Amino acid sequence: MDKSNSNDLLTIGGIGLESRLFTGTGKYPSDAMIPEVIERSGSQVITVALRRVDFAAGTENIMDFIPQSVQLLPNTSGARTAEEAVRIAHLAQAAGCGNWIKIEVISDNRYLLPDGYETVRATEILANEGFVVLPYINADLMVARSLVDSGAAAVMPLGAPIGSNRGLRTEEMIRILIEEIKLPIIVDAGIGKPSEACAAMEMGAAACLVNTAIAGAGVPAIMAEAFGHAVRAGRAAFLSGPGASRKTAAASSPLTGFLEGGTQ
Amino acid sequence: MTDFYEYYKTWRDFSFVEYFRSVSESRVAAILQKERLSEIDFLALLSPAAEGLLEDMAQRSRDLTIRNFGRSVLLFTPMYLSNYCTNRCVYCGFNVDNSIMRHHLSFPEVEREAEEIAKSGLKHILLLTGEDKRRASIEYLCHCVRIVEKYFTAIGIEIYPLETEGYRTLVENGVDSLTLFQETYNETLYKKLHPGGPKRNYRYRLAAPERGCAAGMRAVNVGGLLGLDDWRRESFFTGLHADWLQSRWPEVTVGFSLPRMRPHAGTFQPDFPISDRHLVQVMTALRLFMPRAGITISTREGAQFRDNILPLGVTTMSAGASTAVGGHSREEADSTSQFDISDERNVQEMAEALKGFGYQPVYKDWHPIGGILS
Ligand code: SF4
Repeated sequence: MDKSNSNDLLTIGGIGLESRLFTGTGKYPSDAMIPEVIERSGSQVITVALRRVDFAAGTENIMDFIPQSVQLLPNTSGARTAEEAVRIAHLAQAAGCGNWIKIEVISDNRYLLPDGYETVRATEILANEGFVVLPYINADLMVARSLVDSGAAAVMPLGAPIGSNRGLRTEEMIRILIEEIKLPIIVDAGIGKPSEACAAMEMGAAACLVNTAIAGAGVPAIMAEAFGHAVRAGRAAFLSGPGASRKTAAASSPLTGFLEGGTQ
Repeated sequence: MTDFYEYYKTWRDFSFVEYFRSVSESRVAAILQKERLSEIDFLALLSPAAEGLLEDMAQRSRDLTIRNFGRSVLLFTPMYLSNYCTNRCVYCGFNVDNSIMRHHLSFPEVEREAEEIAKSGLKHILLLTGEDKRRASIEYLCHCVRIVEKYFTAIGIEIYPLETEGYRTLVENGVDSLTLFQETYNETLYKKLHPGGPKRNYRYRLAAPERGCAAGMRAVNVGGLLGLDDWRRESFFTGLHADWLQSRWPEVTVGFSLPRMRPHAGTFQPDFPISDRHLVQVMTALRLFMPRAGITISTREGAQFRDNILPLGVTTMSAGASTAVGGHSREEADSTSQFDISDERNVQEMAEALKGFGYQPVYKDWHPIGGILS
C-alpha cells in the first residue's frame, strides 16, 4: 500500500482507516475472489448483505472469505422500512458482525433509490443504540442534515442508481454535501470507472464504495487494484490542492490589457 | 383504473398482426439504443423483425443482467404438497378428469420431505398444491410453512388464487413470495382451456398477483404457459402485467417465469409450440423491458438449453426438482408427476455447472427478518 499519506487517516467509529476505498461482496462469480480483491485494492472496509449470509450453512459461507483484518460493514439490503432495517441491524449484531451498519432502505425496485425518510428514522434508532451508522441516501442536503442530527457516523450519497455504472451523475449535489456536511461523505453506487472514483476523491469525498464495477469487471482483482490506485491518486490530489487554473493564456488579457501601459 | 384487467382491456383488441408487419429491423435497432423501453418498444422486440437482431438483444440482455444481478443465479426447488385438484385444465396432468395416483402429504411427511430437500443445501423452497381448498386449506398451508421454515429461509407458494386476506395470513405465517401463472392472457381461449372448476374465473385469477402485492408479498412472479397461444402476444401481456404491478407496488420484487409446455399424462399437446430461438427472444425482450425483474427458468427445460441461456438474462433456476408429491422422500410410487422434468441434475451438479460457467450458485438470498437466528 502507498504509505505517502499514511498519517491521512479516515476515522469512522473510532477506527482510523488508511484506505479510502470500501468494497462489496455482491455480484461476484465466486466468493473465493474476495480475498484477492481486498488484497490488491488495499480496501479495509467491506460491506456484506446480511440477507446473503447463511449462518447455519454447513458448507461454504461468504463470511469465510472475508479476512479478519478488514472492518465488516453489514448492510440492510432488502429492508423496505426503518423497522426492517433496524431488525436486520440487530440480527447482524447478534450474529457477531460487530456494530457497524450500512443502512439501505429501498422501497422502489425499479430504480433502487433509497428512501430518505425511512433511512433517517432507522439511523436515529440505531445510532441511539450505539451502532456506527453509515446511511445510503440520495445526494440530498436536507436528508444529510437530518442524518447529522440523528447521529450518523458518515453519509453515503449515491453517484448514480445502484448497479448503473453511470458515474458521478450527482456531482454537483455531492459537492454541496462535501461543503456543508461535517461528516465524512462516502460516495456509494454508480461509480463505474476508476477515473470516476478519482474525480470524487479529488472533489473532497472522504471515501468511495465500489462494488458492481469491480465484481462485474473482466478480471475483478485487476480492476480492484486500479480502483485502489485511483482512490489514492484522487485523495493525494485533493490534499495537494489544485494549482490555480485560468481560462486564458497568461500573455493575453483582452479585457484588462489596456491597464498595462499606454494609457496615461 | 382499479385493476390490471381494466388496463389489459386497453390493449386486448390491439391489432398485433398489423403492428408486427409495420416493424422494421432498423426500428428494432433504434430501440436497442434506448435506455428505457416503452410498451410499444417492448412489443417491437417481440416482432418477427427483431429476430434478425437476436444476438444484439442477447448481448444487451446479458450486460444488463450482470450489472443488476452479477454473475450469480439463485437456486430453489419446488415441493409438491398435494396433487388433488378440482379443476379441469385441459393441459395439466393433475386435472380432476385424469385418473392418476393422488396424494396429500401429512405433516410428518412434509417434515420428512423438507428434511430430505434441505440436505442439498437449498434455502429457498416453493410450495405447490393443486386446487382443493378442503385438503390444501390455508390452515393446512400455514402449518406446512411452520414446518418447512425450520429448514428453509425463504418460502414461496404456487397455489390456487386467494383473497387478499388469505395471502396476508400466509405472509404473516412466513411466506414471502407468490408465483401465479395466468396460463393464457387470451380470455376466450382461457375459458376453453378451463372448462370446469373454480379456475374458470379468468378475472379472479388475473387479479390474484395484485392481491398478493397488497397483502405484503415480498416478491411476485407472473407468467403465461408458453405454447397455449401465440407466444408473441402472451409474452407481451406477461411483460405488461409485470410492469403494471411494479408501477403500483414499487416495493415488491416483480419477476417472470417462462414455463414452456412439456409432455404430460393427458392427451393435450400445445397448439403453439415455441422454439428455443423464440424463447430466447422472449427472455431477452423481457429483460430489456424490465432490467431489474427476476427471470426464472425451471427444470422443464433441458440441461443443455439451460446452460446455453444462463447468461442471457436468467436470475433464478430450480434444481434437483421433482414434480411428484413427496417426490424426494416417499418411496411408494403412488403419485404422478405434474409434468416431466427435463433437466435432471441434482443441486450439487447444478451448482458445479454454474461454477463452471463462471456463475455463483446462490442458496440464500433472503431470510425472515424476525427469525434468522432464532
Ligand atoms: S394446472 Fe393446477 S389447477 Fe389446473 S388441473 Fe393442474 S394442478 Fe389443477
